[in-house]
Amino acid sequence: MTFNKTLMATLVGAAMTGSALLPMTALAETTLRVGYNADPETLDIHEQLSGGMLRFSHLSFDPLVRWTKDFKFEPRLATSWEQVDETTLRMTLRDDVTFHSGNPFTAEDVAWTIERLKESPDYRAIFEPITQVEAIDDTTVEIKTAEPYPLLLNLATYVFPMDSQFYSGTTDGGDEKSEIVKAGNSFASRNVSGTGPFVVTERRQGVRVDFERFDDYWDEESPGNVDRIVLTPISENAARVAALLSGGVDFIDAVPPNDMDRVREANGVNLIEVPGTRIIGFQLNEELVEAFQDPRVRLAVDYAINQEGIADRLMRGFATPAAQFSPEGYSGHNPDLTPRYDVERALELMAEAGYEDGFEVDMIAPNNRYVNDAQIAQAVANMLARINIKVNLRTMPLAQYWPEYDTRQSDIAMIGWHADTEDSANFFQYLSACFDEETGAGQYNYGSYCNEEIDALVAAADTETDTEKRQEMLREAERMLYEDAGYIMLHWQNLAYAAREGVDVEPVLNALDFPYLGDLVVKE
Amino acid sequence: MIAFLTKRLMHAILVMFVISVLAFAIQGNLGDPIQQMVGQSVPESEREALRERFGLNDPFHTQYLRFAANALQGDFGFSYFYREPALDVIARHLPATLELVFGATLIIVLLSVPIGVYSAIKPRSPISRFFMGVSIIGISVPVFLTAIVLIQIFSIGMTVSLFPQDTAWGSWLNGFLSTEGGMPSFGRGQDLTHMVGYWDSNLFTLGGLRHLALPSIALASIMLPLFIRLIRAEMQEVLQSEYVKFARAKGISLRRIYFVHALKNTLLPVITVGGVQIGTMVAYTILTETVFQWPGMGLMFIDAINRADIPLIVAYLMIVGVIFVVTNTLVDLVYGMVNPTVKLTGKPA
Repeated sequence: MTFNKTLMATLVGAAMTGSALLPMTALAETTLRVGYNADPETLDIHEQLSGGMLRFSHLSFDPLVRWTKDFKFEPRLATSWEQVDETTLRMTLRDDVTFHSGNPFTAEDVAWTIERLKESPDYRAIFEPITQVEAIDDTTVEIKTAEPYPLLLNLATYVFPMDSQFYSGTTDGGDEKSEIVKAGNSFASRNVSGTGPFVVTERRQGVRVDFERFDDYWDEESPGNVDRIVLTPISENAARVAALLSGGVDFIDAVPPNDMDRVREANGVNLIEVPGTRIIGFQLNEELVEAFQDPRVRLAVDYAINQEGIADRLMRGFATPAAQFSPEGYSGHNPDLTPRYDVERALELMAEAGYEDGFEVDMIAPNNRYVNDAQIAQAVANMLARINIKVNLRTMPLAQYWPEYDTRQSDIAMIGWHADTEDSANFFQYLSACFDEETGAGQYNYGSYCNEEIDALVAAADTETDTEKRQEMLREAERMLYEDAGYIMLHWQNLAYAAREGVDVEPVLNALDFPYLGDLVVKE
Repeated sequence: MIAFLTKRLMHAILVMFVISVLAFAIQGNLGDPIQQMVGQSVPESEREALRERFGLNDPFHTQYLRFAANALQGDFGFSYFYREPALDVIARHLPATLELVFGATLIIVLLSVPIGVYSAIKPRSPISRFFMGVSIIGISVPVFLTAIVLIQIFSIGMTVSLFPQDTAWGSWLNGFLSTEGGMPSFGRGQDLTHMVGYWDSNLFTLGGLRHLALPSIALASIMLPLFIRLIRAEMQEVLQSEYVKFARAKGISLRRIYFVHALKNTLLPVITVGGVQIGTMVAYTILTETVFQWPGMGLMFIDAINRADIPLIVAYLMIVGVIFVVTNTLVDLVYGMVNPTVKLTGKPA
């Protein structure tokens, strides 16, 4: 019976005093309790290309180079690089780095890792341009491409060297340790050895991951002072915010717009917003709706949508209105292109095209993928009604949305896109390029929009190694797409984090949504 | 008895069969699991290869027969997300849910019996009226709202400034109603006691119990009003019966009449309802666990649906079906023991 008494005492005590039983006393070492909306799907960084995996990669591994806040390259495991000839990049590596297993880091590991990336279903396509990687000596590696390729450094941000000795050989079960098995029980999905600031000490999938700072971490100049990280996935938005406000965690990601004011006004908690790079927009299906083949109708749709209004009111400022794919900081960002909301003009265009009486279309949108996605789609449907386009909207959860999207059986579809290469050309290649099943071009070009001039320009840009020239070409491509209304842009979705006072996250955040927690400073 | 159990076993098998067919039949509507496994820019050819590897392109009956053959050998498939056999995943999440249900049940039993009995004996007292009023609210408020309110009051804390702060009584009332929070709002915490196998327990440390408190209260809040009202109604009926009147005439102390003679007979229907409700409670844990991020089966199931983790969904539904059959069987057994006039085999008594 003592047991029952204890339980009752706790319940009653808790209910009556609330605060009488305070959480644990401060620990001698600095522990950061993180509440992300998801935990890493696996420990094999090449098994899946996702935001969660890249965040994990930055904790337990280091890239060759990484992005700074303003989209510059910062040396990490590679200290310098030079273009030896048109198709060869030589990188010099650090010589003072060891893996968590104790093995030294050498150029061989880089070559091994890139070879493995070329085996990964998720990364294979991105690393396709690289034909050969050669370790010249312990600290020099040469990366060769078939054609001149301007984005090698962008790719280098994805190269998180793995411990080739650790991942070589076979397991007791006779499986290759290096094999990449999707949703399977591979060696690499359970064991990890990287060079990163944090070592995984314990992991229970979907419940928590524990990290401890790596004693022999090479970057002694890093101001980071976090000794332990406890990462808890909290997928429910309200629960994640409550966890921070109640002091259960120190740092959360993805604060929902509806809770922002609450977080902003709470004591001892800071909200940090970062402009994001994910473009949200709509694609018009030209195969199914003849009217959408007419650029005037597409322009009318674009003129009818009030991007500023959506960003302002619906998103409560949590988005940057867009009129092009490339966010600021990307090479192709064209500052001349701005949203052009004008219902009068839209009606004129509809009349010019012979559609003053409008027509009826259906639209699909996810309801749990992007911030406020279903509400945005509803707002856009209402805006289109004003130019006599009657929209029948269907929203559905993510797991059902993509199969539905792939059938291309609706007239308008919503899609958000983040360029894996952090480069403008990627948007065009996936979202607006003429669809070609063979090459995979225009894989997400739902509307079958096709403008060969733009495609040619983007293709030329992708072999142009002169940064200035390349930038001009991509800006021109953005302008052409804008004038043609090939993709209906809405906004770039911002990122919002919140942390308790003293956790100085601002310096380690970036538009890529990979907080560099290794450099995080926590003041007590 | 043996005939009864055999019959129930057949029931369980039938239930599992029907559930597995249904779960399999709806998987087409759950979405594409491959979508969750690959990056957005992965080409269609790679996706197709994966679909082929997981056998998702096979016709329905091929997939089902393959599943059934494995299931008969105790293999319920491999969760896509957890990269483990589905049964292991469920076994790992089961203890958390059972402890939550246990905590809620304990609260229900400890509160509903005294309150129900009291309000049956003194139906007109203000306290009874208060409890009846509150229980109406309790039944009507959805569990996630209760949970959010509990989190706001006991975890985050609330500053009340409803009353004039410059008067003594006002500031006292404000202070009295304000809370500082501090209770854990999510998860099971780190003070778990490892028991056996997959069972890490919250029940044996103060920190663990603190994590259990709010979710248990939230979960109990749905059932508690129901039981208070049930016990009250049954008790009132029993108190009208002849034998209670006789006992009273005989001069037996009221205390003995209420708690020994009347209560015993009151509890019969309560056991029946209770057994069924424990099964229902497993279903309600889905909501409670989501709000409190309680790492039990309910949260696991919601995540599995979002990720279209079909093997895990099918296995979960089958296990829940079994839980229902088992609790109902236990209730029938207990009922038979408490009331010997009930015959288990179902022939008319």
